[in-house]
Amino acid sequence: MTSQTSTDAFTDTRGHVPPVMATRGLNVYYGDFHAVDDVNLDFNRREVTALIGPSGCGKSTVLRSLNRMNDLIPSARIEGEVTYHGQNIYQPKIDPIEVRRRIGMVFQKPNPFPKSIFDNVAYGPRVTKMKVDSMSDLVEQSLRRAALWDEVKDNLKGSAFGLSGGQQQRLCIARAIATSPDVILLDEPCSALDPIATAAIEDLMTDLKQEYTQIIVTHNMQQAARISDTTAFFTAGLDQDNGKRIGRLVEYNDTSTIFNNPAEKSTEDYVSGRFG
Amino acid sequence: MSTTTRTDRPSVVLVAQSSRWGEKLIQFWLGFCAIASVIITVGIVLALFSPLPEFFSRVDFREFFSTDTWAPALATPSFGVWNIVVGTLNVTMYALIVALPAGLGAAIYLSEFAGRRARKVLKPILEVLEGVPTVAYGIFAFTFVTPLLRDNWPTWLPGDLGDPPGIFSAGAAGIVLGIMIIPTVASIAEDSMSAVPRSLREGAYGLGSTRMQVATKVVVPAALSGIVAGFVLGVSRAIGETMVVLLAAGASPNMTLMPNESVLPMTAFIGRTATGDISAGTDVYFTIFAVGALLFTMTFVMNMISIALVRRFREKYE
Ligand SMILES: Nc1ncnc2c1ncn2[C@@H]1O[C@H](COP(=O)(O)OP(=O)(O)O)[C@@H](O)[C@H]1O
Ligand SMILES: [Mg+2]
Repeated sequence: MTSQTSTDAFTDTRGHVPPVMATRGLNVYYGDFHAVDDVNLDFNRREVTALIGPSGCGKSTVLRSLNRMNDLIPSARIEGEVTYHGQNIYQPKIDPIEVRRRIGMVFQKPNPFPKSIFDNVAYGPRVTKMKVDSMSDLVEQSLRRAALWDEVKDNLKGSAFGLSGGQQQRLCIARAIATSPDVILLDEPCSALDPIATAAIEDLMTDLKQEYTQIIVTHNMQQAARISDTTAFFTAGLDQDNGKRIGRLVEYNDTSTIFNNPAEKSTEDYVSGRFG
Repeated sequence: MSTTTRTDRPSVVLVAQSSRWGEKLIQFWLGFCAIASVIITVGIVLALFSPLPEFFSRVDFREFFSTDTWAPALATPSFGVWNIVVGTLNVTMYALIVALPAGLGAAIYLSEFAGRRARKVLKPILEVLEGVPTVAYGIFAFTFVTPLLRDNWPTWLPGDLGDPPGIFSAGAAGIVLGIMIIPTVASIAEDSMSAVPRSLREGAYGLGSTRMQVATKVVVPAALSGIVAGFVLGVSRAIGETMVVLLAAGASPNMTLMPNESVLPMTAFIGRTATGDISAGTDVYFTIFAVGALLFTMTFVMNMISIALVRRFREKYE
């Protein structure tokens, strides 16, 4: 890989090479509602970062602001910066379509298109007009990397709706991989899956670390501990101005530190299951 | 704690306090209305179909479904119904050429591009348009579209197609019918596109799709059966419409698909004949019922297809 000559003014808070993505002073509002307050995070290359915290503390909101998915919600408004290789993705000249091509997303509920398995995987490369020598090779490769190939190779023309929930979610991961993104965002990708399918996704994420930077929202403490390198713990506190709930980043560190030796009492309570 | 025994408790009242006659009466009335509407519909269908045996005892079945000329009122009558069926199809075809792209375009705009405020204004307008009396469209065809076509006809077109239309033409009627059914097509297509789950759209945006790609490659295919249902319902409205074709299509039962000729669609035949001077029991009298029954069958089948498509669509996402 090429070395990065980052021109970004931020220094990595955790002493790594310049992060792939970072947020500085990130605030998100839905209309008048201040959903998350002043989030500063760095996401390192080829690491898995877990975002954990109780429901409604703004994990999805933060995750969706990383590839401008919040643009789709009319009331959503962003303050602060989200950088990708040092570029603020919220600058006016930036095209959100280009951002999303590089920063892919996998959602909580598997959402395959009502198309064939093949067409689901080929969708991204087609719409982004990627130059590919052979679409079927690319589809095979993506399905292999998503550990789904052996289960579907004889049924590529079959509807994606015929797959089990776990298979559908791996298909969605294959679909995201097919556009060769740099970063993959996953919003509770296992919450609709059974333990076996969950284990398959976790194995897959560990494999994908070799190539991708991954950021996962999860409710499952064990999952965060198993697969992530770094963990960010959020909670919903009270806004001093108006007394409403507001999402805040409490602590961000190596996963082992967060789980074994957290700096904050509330982190310890949460990861040990005494809270949330 | 007091040690109340069972008998000390105030008795719990479970018996009805009143017989609620009013409620029962309303229930009865509602049930009556539901049944009455079914009975009336069945009655209409029976009235339409019951003269058929008499008609087919006078006119041979094969003659009716033939391409012989259509002249049921002449002294030596002729009953080739295909002439007026083709008249209906002609007008419907031009209606569809107008309504399909415009209706689908309007639906895509409303469901994928319009902001909340634009939708709030446009959707009700669309629904109001559906309620405009068809005679208004007929007058619009006759006084506006017909002269417009006549004065601007592309006379450089080859052969008969280059002849400007007269005061009656299938094209003028078809275009106005098309405009008339745009709201029907658009609002049903829009409903089914809005029912496509948000998660599908997000999935598509998350892969770097543009708005247009989300609309055409994900939402339209996912809503296809609902969109087709809207088309079919629009077609069946166009087939059954009378006023516009009566005023604009003409009275000559030409078996043609040309836009610049006059045709006699089935509804126009019924409209003209039934308002004319006919006496019960004549061949012409029975012909009205035969054409009416055929028309009913055509639109009925169309509506059934439409309902089946909508149902299929619902099953997919619920
Ligand atoms: N589209 C939206 N409109 C308004 N408020 C929203 C929207 N999405 C989320 N919120 C609010 O923002 C806060 C954070 O939500 P979310 O990011 O979904 O939390 P989490 O993923 O941690 O459960 C919640 O209070 C939620 O009600
Ligand atoms: Mg969430």
